[in-house]
Amino acid sequence: MPVVRVDNLTFRYNGIDVLSNISFAVEKGLYLGIVGPNGSGKSTLIKNILGILRPEKGRVELFGRPLSDFRQWERIGYLPQRLSALNTHFPGTVEEIIQMGLSKKNQDTLTRTLKMMAIAHLGSRLIGELSYGEQQRAMLARALIRRPELLIFDEPTTALDPETREMFYSLTGEMNQQEGTTVILVTHDIGVIGEYARNLLYLDKKVIFSGTFKEFCSSRDMAGIFGPSSQHIICHQHDRTGGTI
Amino acid sequence: MDLMEVMRYGFVQRAMIAGVLIAAVSALLGMFLVLRRFSLIGDGLAHTTFGSVAVVLLIGISPLYVTVAALPLVIISSLAIYKLTSSRKINADSAIGIISSLGIAAGVVLASLSGGYNVDLFSYLFGNILTVNNTELILAFIVFVMVLAVVVYFYDDLFALTFDQELACSMGINTGRINILLFLLTAVAAVLAMKVAGIMLVSAMLILPALTALQMSMSFRKTLIAAVGFAVGSVLCGIIIAFMLNLPAGAMIVLLNICFLSAVFVVKKLYVPRR
Repeated sequence: MPVVRVDNLTFRYNGIDVLSNISFAVEKGLYLGIVGPNGSGKSTLIKNILGILRPEKGRVELFGRPLSDFRQWERIGYLPQRLSALNTHFPGTVEEIIQMGLSKKNQDTLTRTLKMMAIAHLGSRLIGELSYGEQQRAMLARALIRRPELLIFDEPTTALDPETREMFYSLTGEMNQQEGTTVILVTHDIGVIGEYARNLLYLDKKVIFSGTFKEFCSSRDMAGIFGPSSQHIICHQHDRTGGTI
Repeated sequence: MDLMEVMRYGFVQRAMIAGVLIAAVSALLGMFLVLRRFSLIGDGLAHTTFGSVAVVLLIGISPLYVTVAALPLVIISSLAIYKLTSSRKINADSAIGIISSLGIAAGVVLASLSGGYNVDLFSYLFGNILTVNNTELILAFIVFVMVLAVVVYFYDDLFALTFDQELACSMGINTGRINILLFLLTAVAAVLAMKVAGIMLVSAMLILPALTALQMSMSFRKTLIAAVGFAVGSVLCGIIIAFMLNLPAGAMIVLLNICFLSAVFVVKKLYVPRR
């Protein structure tokens, strides 16, 4: 049973197709990278999977259940690219934000997660007072605290410093490898995809490519899109690490 | 006249109890509205209340039941604002502006049809908490219990929704249901606040206590409690000062709220170091 199944999904905005007949499945334990140019519908696809947007037609299943029947949201951790409308005056502390929506709040788990993300000293600070990097660490802690089976990241490291970015990717890679956590990562950072992801979905309003890295590396279509040298670099990166850092 | 003497009057006691309940309701809802940039919804609904009161007075319903009778139209207006806002084609402030101007325009036309502005309609424009009747007191109590129950029961959902609607949606929270609940309760609170501060100042009851509490940079829960504290304090002090100095209570309550906001703002500027 796939963790995520998308069947024939079409999403329109103001009468224009943003996504057209998208179909793919994500099996348990997979690290899937979703790439594509700006405006290709990557974030829209994620929002349709999570029920934030409603598709024009098509079907999304999470853990074998149709999205409309799915209730076990604690199995999913989501980190958006940027909070849609963060009010800098919002009076929520980092601790309140991280524990948001948890049915069982446990102080030990909270302390452990804060330490893991190196933000233990920020627990009582208001989220709006933090830098963007610190906010993203807090939001990642929120996504991880419930030890989800599926992690969905939408360009999570945009504007993060290299150290935080490295910590972010090694942590999610570790969770994927050691705990079998399924990861869906939307990113522009094609080098990262080469290092960590095992499967790739190239999107440009429709699925242009979906498959393993081996298939990607031998695809003439992808060589046409990325250019042979870029494709070679990405594949070399993947071969070096095996997509399993 | 001393304080104990003032408190002996039945109408002052009623005003105090109703004022505290309405202040708490307005402050609780105001926190969510201010943080979600719906601050002006109180203003919009108050203007709609003007139209609704004009309808009620035109029909000839007893002044005792005007507050209750005005409720359905204001509730419909709040749902219209919600519907317009969630269409994504109209901004929240524009949606509030449309319904607000409709309420005022309809009120003026209806007042004109009923033979011009009469004393009753004028009293609703500026409010008079000292005229709260038993029906309104009971209504205030019911609404207080309802709002408190909703805030306690849906606290986590409201917190997440106020923080980020898309994130709340990704957590499986039925954001549409919570939004409708919030808008409906705000409509009822606006009608009740009309009695305290008058149609012209309803939004002040919703916005000012929350804004004051937000200046204190505390956790969400503490800010919510502080907002209720400021709202209740301003109503109690406002009623006493107004009664003793023979001044309008609604305006006095709003002025006290502004004093609290200014005081907290100044103290924060002077004594709280920037991090």
